[in-house]
Amino acid sequence: MRSIKTLRTLYDEESQVVITEKGSPPRVLFSGEDFLLEDLPVGTRVLFPRPPMEGVPNLKAAIRWAINHPEGMEPLHALLRPGMRVTVAMDDISLPLPPMVTPDARQVMLEIILSLLADSGVDDVHLIIATCLHRRMTGDEMRRMVGGRIYDAFYPDRYYNHDAEDPDGMVQLGATEVGEPVYLNRRAAESDLLIYLNINFVPMNGGPKSVATGLTGYKGVQAHHNPKTIRDSESYMEPSRSALYGSNERINRVIERHVKVFHVEAALNNRMFDGPTDFLGKREEDYTETDRLKLAAMRFALSKMPRVAKNRLLMKVPAPYEVIGVHAGACEPTHEKILELCWKQYSVPVQGQSDIVVFPIPYVSPYNVNSLLNPLLLQVMGLGYFFNLNRGIPLVKKGGVLILCHPAFDEFDPEQHPSYIEFFHRLLPETRDAMRLSHKYEREFAENPSYVHLYRKGHAYHGVHPFYMWYWGENGRQHVGKVIVAGAENNHVPALMGWERTDTLTEAIEEARGFMGRSATVTVVKTAPVVQADVRL
Amino acid sequence: MSSKAAFFDVDGTLVRTNIVHTYAYYAMNSGGLRRIAARTLGVAASVPLFGALDLVDRKTFNEFFYRYYEGLSEDRLVTLAEDMLEDVLAPALYPSAKDLIEEARRSGCRIVLVTGALDFTILPLARHLGADDVIANKMQFVGGVATGRVVPPIIEGANKANAIREYCVRNALALDRCHAYSDSASDYAMLAIVGRPTAVNPDVRLRALARSYQWPIVDLR
Repeated sequence: MRSIKTLRTLYDEESQVVITEKGSPPRVLFSGEDFLLEDLPVGTRVLFPRPPMEGVPNLKAAIRWAINHPEGMEPLHALLRPGMRVTVAMDDISLPLPPMVTPDARQVMLEIILSLLADSGVDDVHLIIATCLHRRMTGDEMRRMVGGRIYDAFYPDRYYNHDAEDPDGMVQLGATEVGEPVYLNRRAAESDLLIYLNINFVPMNGGPKSVATGLTGYKGVQAHHNPKTIRDSESYMEPSRSALYGSNERINRVIERHVKVFHVEAALNNRMFDGPTDFLGKREEDYTETDRLKLAAMRFALSKMPRVAKNRLLMKVPAPYEVIGVHAGACEPTHEKILELCWKQYSVPVQGQSDIVVFPIPYVSPYNVNSLLNPLLLQVMGLGYFFNLNRGIPLVKKGGVLILCHPAFDEFDPEQHPSYIEFFHRLLPETRDAMRLSHKYEREFAENPSYVHLYRKGHAYHGVHPFYMWYWGENGRQHVGKVIVAGAENNHVPALMGWERTDTLTEAIEEARGFMGRSATVTVVKTAPVVQADVRL
Repeated sequence: MSSKAAFFDVDGTLVRTNIVHTYAYYAMNSGGLRRIAARTLGVAASVPLFGALDLVDRKTFNEFFYRYYEGLSEDRLVTLAEDMLEDVLAPALYPSAKDLIEEARRSGCRIVLVTGALDFTILPLARHLGADDVIANKMQFVGGVATGRVVPPIIEGANKANAIREYCVRNALALDRCHAYSDSASDYAMLAIVGRPTAVNPDVRLRALARSYQWPIVDLR
């Protein structure tokens, strides 16, 4: 029988770290549209997300309080004059993930702000979705995000997606002190007031990135969406150590010299699962008999469904996120306050790095809502997002092994990701070098008229977007010694990525131990929801 | 000077009409009542035959079809072509066709229309769209009257690809940097010869080909 002391070490209610021992239950891990049930080797460290923080009891009151008590700016009502031109920009469908239950936090913010604008005699109001080079949202998605009443009143003339390729819709505002050109959506640039509504899902979002990236185009993001900036960023999640953040900050300063910007930012809790899937938010030690039955039923049902059907089903399940705080006002102080909340919710302290780290990859990423997670997005989830969810010290040791749990299927959505297909099948067989890809092919893809057209008129990510996905994984690629995809259903996808594959997670851990040594330490990160590993050496 | 071009098929790609529509316009404006009736009814009666021939081979269909022009005067055809742009072709342009052409121009491409239609029919449309060049079939005229024969080679299928290759050689363009746009699997050769092919409003066969070869698919409708 285990002593209380041992139990405390192995399973500490306060700690989000559990060490696997002989009697530990098998872990439920995402693997695309499926769930693995894996017995992990004894000694494996498992990182769990923090339990969801309490949501604000009255969201409308919290938003009103924030816009009436802003950080570093006058209250919103004091900035409004009758007849002025106001643009409200907001994040697109890439945040949060999966899309939250309605009403979306953006809808609640808009309901309060639009009524304040109307009361202040401001009629010239446009709502713009700050897509940058992301795909245009569909009418149904736009309706869901802001609610039927606002949609009917504003769509399509005054509620629309940003178009970074509209030659008349963009304006150059100058350049930063280090020569980064600053381009902005013309409507936003020519407004008397720009209000930006952000939902902060991971700390690298929001702040100066909202306007400086969300409302610009290819020439604008070229300044920081490149392999060099990615390599120069020690930590994406900390403004002071991120070259990406620094560049956005400089660009934002130029923008704010031309247009007054009022930021409203909200932080969400970790409550990703509810109702029939609420057990996924628990530790396996806490599963009841009902939870086990639900898991077995879900795995059985998913195993009988084709992938597309599974994907559609899972995409239809919204997350019951709650807002844990709202702040408003000037860019920097507002974002700082929101970052504090994000850290409080996502940060999990961890002692020391691991030789082997396992990331279960779910079916959804910021770039495939209502679509499939293609191989390049699998790459960006593993080597981009999950690898970088830390404060400068990655969870995996330099030269260590990263194991991704995913089928790594060779499927692309030609409607959302047409240029990804060419990137994957034409460019990756030639080189995986981000610098070479950038110099040789980036412009060709960015200017391909078919891709430009599909971005502007269809619902496709911009032609250059797969390059950004590849750059995003750059630091992860430089850091790890090997990547293994556990459960990959083919050989060629991992081979094109420069990875290895195994049929099961157990085999992957065995292979990784063969590479790192028998005493190699293993950490499994139980995502989703978001876990930000605060590694102490 | 551009080093690349964008080659656009016209019928079904940029406009929803085809060569039968344009001939029908000429037929219905070809002079006296008897002549109008004879030509229009002739075309109407032959529609099933056109369909069958087109299924067999686009080249045979074009050769057969252009015989209907026999006896029409060159002056009248050229004059009618200008009116036809306004009455038939411009209204039949797909809503996003001009955007796609503009996007190709902005990326530094010369704009070239490549079509099995007759040159005098397509020139006004080319001006309207701001195209730099036209590769089209040429009707043979004797004494200012159409013979119903097309100056060989007939621009269709594989000959479109040959014409594009020759155009690139003549104008020092890099074929692998060029773009081509078509709606029909009969233009497979034209699409396959350039480095950047795109299926536009594709038929079932071309859609399948585009999926297999991972060409982008654009819908202008």
